[in-house]
Amino acid sequence: MSENIDQYLKSEYSAGWITDIESLTIPPGLNEDVIRLISAKKQEPEWMLEWRLKAYRAWLEMKEPEWAHVVYPKPDFQALSYYSSPKSMEDGPQSLDEVDPELLRTYEKLGIPVHEQEVLAGVAVDMVFDSVSVGTTFRQKLKDAGVIFCPISEAVHEYPELVKKYLGSVVPQKDNFYAALNSAVFSDGSFVYIPKGVRCPMELSTYFRINEAKTGQFERTLIIADEGSQVSYLEGCTAPMRDENQLHAAVVELVALDDADIKYSTVQNWYPGDAEGKGGIYNFVTKRGIAHTRSKISWTQVETGSAVTWKYPSCILKGDDSIGEFYSVALTSNHQQADTGTKMIHLGKNTRSTIIAKGISAKQSSNSYRGLVKMNPGAEGARNYTQCDSLLIGDKCGAHTFPYIESKNPTAVIEHEATTSKVSDDQLFLCQQRGIDAEKAVSMIVNGFCKDVFRELPMEFAVEAGKLLEVSLEGAVG
Amino acid sequence: MLNINDLHARVEDTAILHGLNLEVKPGEVHAIMGPNGAGKSTLGNVLAGRPGYEVTGGTVTYKGSDLLELEAEDRARAGVFLAFQYPVEIPGVSNMEFLKASVDAIRTARGEEAMSSMDFIKLAREKCKAVDLPQDFLKRGVNEGFSGGEKKRNELLQMMLLEPSLCILDETDSGLDIDALQVVARGVNALRSPDRGIIVVTHYQRLLDYIVPDYVHVLAKGRIVKSGGRELALELEKHGYSWIDEEVA
Ligand SMILES: Nc1ncnc2c1ncn2[C@@H]1O[C@H](COP(=O)(O)OP(=O)(O)OP(=O)(O)O)[C@@H](O)[C@H]1O
Ligand SMILES: [Mg+2]
Repeated sequence: MSENIDQYLKSEYSAGWITDIESLTIPPGLNEDVIRLISAKKQEPEWMLEWRLKAYRAWLEMKEPEWAHVVYPKPDFQALSYYSSPKSMEDGPQSLDEVDPELLRTYEKLGIPVHEQEVLAGVAVDMVFDSVSVGTTFRQKLKDAGVIFCPISEAVHEYPELVKKYLGSVVPQKDNFYAALNSAVFSDGSFVYIPKGVRCPMELSTYFRINEAKTGQFERTLIIADEGSQVSYLEGCTAPMRDENQLHAAVVELVALDDADIKYSTVQNWYPGDAEGKGGIYNFVTKRGIAHTRSKISWTQVETGSAVTWKYPSCILKGDDSIGEFYSVALTSNHQQADTGTKMIHLGKNTRSTIIAKGISAKQSSNSYRGLVKMNPGAEGARNYTQCDSLLIGDKCGAHTFPYIESKNPTAVIEHEATTSKVSDDQLFLCQQRGIDAEKAVSMIVNGFCKDVFRELPMEFAVEAGKLLEVSLEGAVG
Repeated sequence: MLNINDLHARVEDTAILHGLNLEVKPGEVHAIMGPNGAGKSTLGNVLAGRPGYEVTGGTVTYKGSDLLELEAEDRARAGVFLAFQYPVEIPGVSNMEFLKASVDAIRTARGEEAMSSMDFIKLAREKCKAVDLPQDFLKRGVNEGFSGGEKKRNELLQMMLLEPSLCILDETDSGLDIDALQVVARGVNALRSPDRGIIVVTHYQRLLDYIVPDYVHVLAKGRIVKSGGRELALELEKHGYSWIDEEVA
């Protein structure tokens, strides 16, 4: 196997156009002055600037990690620009009506509901374009429920106490190389606060788009679910097709206080580069949540994009009886490389975690699952269940599994299952003999393989995710 | 409806069919028998357009046009159906989803309207009953964990749903218990019609007690070496294949 499969393996990226808009981009390079400039552009208070500088100084001492199963030319951090904003945003639109229509068209073209009256499912959307947030829908309705959903740059001004208390509380500035870089230069992202006992009345979502060339996107998301509250949040990402690589280094922090429930879903479709492996996004992301007593954090991700992905959404199960979940579909094709997985750190008693990771590799791509399950001495009666499945399409791709288990409590139970399967020529021929063309057959097989994860996505996005896989595998098989 | 003329074919580097001739007219049932490794499954696969099976000579005309020119899925859409000797599993894809995709594809190709999900479920359940498979087989993965006999019945179920014009059954009777054999025979007989051709590959003349063929052929060493009526099967059962070898040689 199989030329038959291989000849169909090509993929079209449909979000690859560039928005023709005038931007203010600061010149490439990184030093303390650049950080001061970013901070000044956002008119940040002194404490925020100090926080950034502290991160920057830590970053200077750090090294880019090398342990992941990915190979790429190291980015030249002095050749990147660290801030870009559509020019029309400079004076800051006060409401959605004032947002540049060209920008709104960008989001509409991506199929993202930007006008509140068009929103069917009642999803509130924050849109981040390069370095700035360009609009948030449904703010009033959320405000009525006491929910805060706004760009993080705004939260720094409006809710400094919350930001000071929680920013960096889950992912400290010095956590890792990319997190430190992000802490120094982060430009925008979403901020969410759900008050005690409130069930957020609608899905919250943020769409990130990188437009400018040679720009890094460093967004920062902070979600705080106060005691007994509940929220479901979705992020989606796209970028134009460009020949050069673009860097995306985000940090997401989740705080689930006692009895709170956070569901965080990602549909990541950054430009993966062309069939020869030219261009594409380098996606180096740190995502982590801390779960207090009886709270629950659930990560669901469908990753089809980026040239290189380095990403391990994690849960620190600090409180007794807290729950962590990780459901993941990672698809790689062409020359994409993904090293992704999760960390479940069990600190509290009777903490439980579930990991369901599905990797699909096609063409010459490489797909690695890397997962850590750690049972600390205090994790009496803790349990983990991990299931890790790989599906190979064609015979030039690779799938790797790196499970790490550390148990310091004898009462903790860890279960791990792993499978590897292949879309075989025989399966495809059975489908074809029944009139089903090969593309449809592969998409059916892949969707079947992913259904345990898709089940976890909010309904309207499960459909989107299925379609996205179909597009990513377009002509994937014969 | 099907005209095979001097067909030569090979799999990978091995030549397997060496000048095979066969004609099937609408309404006819042909039984093909022959020793292991003679090329019976190869013939089915070549007709269905399986990748890796290369035709090196001869022609195959189906409903007046060149069958060999078509891609596998287009042959299926044109009404060629192969019930596999060894059906494969597709884990994770439900039988129902698979059957619906298949029926949709074939109906679309015929210019018919797609069936509503409700109508389809009703139809699928009905056919399930006809082949004596419990309905929860519709929810299971395609052939996933099915027993040998269940897989064969699932092939028959697909055939009944798709109503093809040319049915090729490759040892659909192998590994079936006596009741299941009758189920298969009943299914095939129900499909017998003046505008449909049926080819049954089998090792057991017993099947032909239930599905009475118009012709019986012996396929040996890549060719049809002897053809006759129903009585040829009985003779084969009595004497095996060696007497034909001698006769042909
Ligand atoms: N991929 C292959 N490579 C080489 N030889 C093959 C391949 N597939 C089939 N053959 C050979 O072709 C010959 C015919 O095989 P085929 O499956 O058509 O036989 P058959 O008549 O169906 O036998 P049976 O009654 O055992 O099912 C056999 O000798 C088999 O080993
Ligand atoms: Mg055979």
